[in-house]
Amino acid sequence: MIPTLLVISILTFVIIQLPPGDYLSNQLQELKAQGESASAVAKIAFYREQYSLDKPMIEQYAIWMGFWPGPNGFSGLLQGDWGHSFAYDLPVSEVLGDRMLLSFVVNFSTVIFIYLVAFPIGVYSATRQYSIGDYGFTLIGYLGLATPNFLLAMVLLYYFNVYFGISIGGLMDEEYIDQPWSMDKIMSVLDHMIIPVIVIGTSGTAAMIRRLRANLLDELQKQYVTTAKAKGVPRIRALVKYPIRMSLNPFIADIGNLLPDVISGSVIVSAVLSLPTAGPMLLEALRNQDQYLAGSFLMFLALLTVIGMFISDLLLAALDPRIRLSGGATK
Amino acid sequence: MSNVLLVRDLKVEFRVAEGTVKAVDGVSFRVPEGKTVALVGESGSGKSVISQAIMSILPRTAHITKGEIIFFDPMKPGNFYDIAKLKPDSREMRSIRGGRITIIFQEPMTSLSPLHTIGNQISEALHLHHRKTKEEGLELTRDMLRLVGFPNPEEAVHSYPFELSGGLRQRAMIAMAMICHPALLIADEPTTALDVTIQAQILDLMQSLQKRLKMAILLITHDLGVVASMADEVVVMYHGKVMEQGALEDIFKDPRHPYLKALLKAVPRFHMKEGERLTPIREIMRDRNSRFLEQANPRGAIGKEEKPILEVSKLTKTFETRKGTFFGSGKKQTVTAVDQVSFFIKTGECLGLVGESGCGKTTLSKMIMRAISATDGSIAYNDRGRDLDVLSLEGQDLFDYRNKVQFIFQDPFSSLNPRMTVFDIISEPLVIHNIGTQREREETVKELMNLVGLDVRFLRRYPHSFSGGQRQRIGIARALALKPDLLICDEPVSALDVSIQAQILNLLKDLQKELGLTYLFISHNLAVVDYIADRIAVMCQGRLVETAPRDELFRNPVHPYTKRLLAAVPEPDPNYRLDFSHLVSEKASNPGLWPHPFTVDQDRSPVMMDIGEGHFVRVEEGTSISELQAS
Repeated sequence: MIPTLLVISILTFVIIQLPPGDYLSNQLQELKAQGESASAVAKIAFYREQYSLDKPMIEQYAIWMGFWPGPNGFSGLLQGDWGHSFAYDLPVSEVLGDRMLLSFVVNFSTVIFIYLVAFPIGVYSATRQYSIGDYGFTLIGYLGLATPNFLLAMVLLYYFNVYFGISIGGLMDEEYIDQPWSMDKIMSVLDHMIIPVIVIGTSGTAAMIRRLRANLLDELQKQYVTTAKAKGVPRIRALVKYPIRMSLNPFIADIGNLLPDVISGSVIVSAVLSLPTAGPMLLEALRNQDQYLAGSFLMFLALLTVIGMFISDLLLAALDPRIRLSGGATK
Repeated sequence: MSNVLLVRDLKVEFRVAEGTVKAVDGVSFRVPEGKTVALVGESGSGKSVISQAIMSILPRTAHITKGEIIFFDPMKPGNFYDIAKLKPDSREMRSIRGGRITIIFQEPMTSLSPLHTIGNQISEALHLHHRKTKEEGLELTRDMLRLVGFPNPEEAVHSYPFELSGGLRQRAMIAMAMICHPALLIADEPTTALDVTIQAQILDLMQSLQKRLKMAILLITHDLGVVASMADEVVVMYHGKVMEQGALEDIFKDPRHPYLKALLKAVPRFHMKEGERLTPIREIMRDRNSRFLEQANPRGAIGKEEKPILEVSKLTKTFETRKGTFFGSGKKQTVTAVDQVSFFIKTGECLGLVGESGCGKTTLSKMIMRAISATDGSIAYNDRGRDLDVLSLEGQDLFDYRNKVQFIFQDPFSSLNPRMTVFDIISEPLVIHNIGTQREREETVKELMNLVGLDVRFLRRYPHSFSGGQRQRIGIARALALKPDLLICDEPVSALDVSIQAQILNLLKDLQKELGLTYLFISHNLAVVDYIADRIAVMCQGRLVETAPRDELFRNPVHPYTKRLLAAVPEPDPNYRLDFSHLVSEKASNPGLWPHPFTVDQDRSPVMMDIGEGHFVRVEEGTSISELQAS
């Protein structure tokens, strides 16, 4: 896990550094073009030194990670310092803080939504293969896969507003923005989350339904299902105890895959719905080469993914004795 | 005697996209209380469909269109149920299924759920049909596991199927079927996937349980040997119809129907006359004037002086395994799969290699093919006078060696690429070795098809449109394409029906004669090996224990393991029923428990000793021949 994160951090940093220039030099150019005062130029020079942008890339990386003492001593990701966002002129942690929490909430709810919807439909489709219901869900699933998310977002926004009177845009009503958390604020957030969760979740749900259906269909052919039937186990119980249990494996293994998918998939939707989640900010940070913001951000995503994978591995081991008990063998 | 089951004029149809298929067509038979009735037939004869109809677990496309399946429950005299009319999901049917009628399947590997413990799966059957507390259930499960011969029932309850051997899984399956004390047990090919020795144990177990619990058995099988050893009455099926039925003795002594007669002639058995040929039910029509035979360059006849074509000495292969725990992998363990094996194959002969699964036969053959590396030892190949050290071949030499030794696989289904046409499959070796022009390859492939008796018009087809026997012939044609001198056949007929077995065995025999081939024939079926091999080597737990010319081995087996292997083969003759009392359960395949002077353990490692007439036995050094004859 730790080596993986290390490699990811190197890749992230290199990729962010690949385009020529950096935020400060761009800024400098702009200021010069505007004929700005020397004080601004001096401030930029101060930043350049403060955040060691004048050093070679490897050193910058080491300082960012906290392997190497920078101008402020050891202070990098390892020490919990996420760096400074030039665009906002604030520490990264402050910029991200609330947004990260909100985007985590949105994405987590989306994953739950995907599982809750996909599971019963997948089971239904598999057990009643080629029935009208199966075809219906398949059709809806494909529609979900094929419709661009942002389009769906706009359509839903319109109808929810017209028919249910749910206000559009944002993740909470205006009056709660920048207010401390309260019960009303939470309710308002929940209210606003319905649309984003549905929109972001549709394509994931559709894919998950197909996957679960295929898995379960495979399992239903297996001999042990017949054995269970031959024992006289009632239909539903036989279904839940044996094949569904077996087809859970890929379901769980997907947790790790789902997280980055959901997060990157939600960027455009967040932009359309103007959600104060982290997605749009990442886009912006990457565009104007706000390197510490973007870097920390990507690292955070990587961390989420790796943790998701780790959790799914643990769950798999707990669920499947074959994974738990059979070790590796050499040929 | 009263009946447990009465099937009357049963018709089952499959409704599929292509139309209706009559799987069972007017079948009537009965199963008397406490007796064993055998349902015999090839695959596709509808015997398994009957078992599914009785259990009411037919696939969705199948429908019972006519007839009755009447079940008389001995526990409730006077009552009977017509299973054909009961709804599969009804309460009555559920209580019969699994409670009063139970079933064991062919595949012990897949018929148990891999995610639940044995104890959980067995006690589930009990709790479904009887009101018992959890503790009582566990206790009964343990008793049942002890009864079916689990060495350690206390632990077995908590073990998962993948931790058990095939034989033990089938025992667990039997325990599951028996725990409710059913009136009728349906055994659908219960031993087909098992080794002969394990088969004998399972059959023995079924018989003793039958006596103890007074139940009837409906035994579904294609193995006439098993039928002769187990059944009281026999029903012979072909294409969904009953061909002949009657008491065991009558059926075997006086077969009337031509199909049954043909079936009896197609089975390889001991006591066959020298040079007697099996008569397959459907003979392969071969073009004996194939030009491939003329072009072939058979090795000269066996000269006494010539060195053996293959000489294996002290070949050893060890594997390292790790047993995992929840937190990563544990200690390394070394498993010796092949332990100092030495033997030779003379030019033009067929050496049969016999042993139970897991004894290292396949590992051995793969090392000869250079498909896996050997840990120690050497293999010498005599390439028409030129000696090759097989294990040290590299690059071009190794590439050329592959020309000379070819392989025929056990499973004709997975050994052919489903996305290649037959032409591509057979010509692939020629392409890889860059032999001939495109036109010449086409010619060769056509002649190979003639040689194995397949129509050249099939060349554009894909493997899925062929039957198992035809596929195996495609595999043989592919192996012959490079005109090899040595063919390794790894259980080439064990996945095939009896009637097809005879075809393939005869084909292999003819090809050997015509092309001057040398065979290493690997099998666990002694009757098959007896039919085709000149010399036989017996292998157990990675070691050879006895090698001898065929007649000598069958007349005078010396090693206790060989004796047991011979005793475990059921013969298709009611006069030679298996003598279960002779089968000492686990003892004979554990080298540590063999009697002196055969014992193999940490202190004693016997060597192969010549006892005359080309007969070698693994005994302790210094043992006299007379001592062996006495034992």
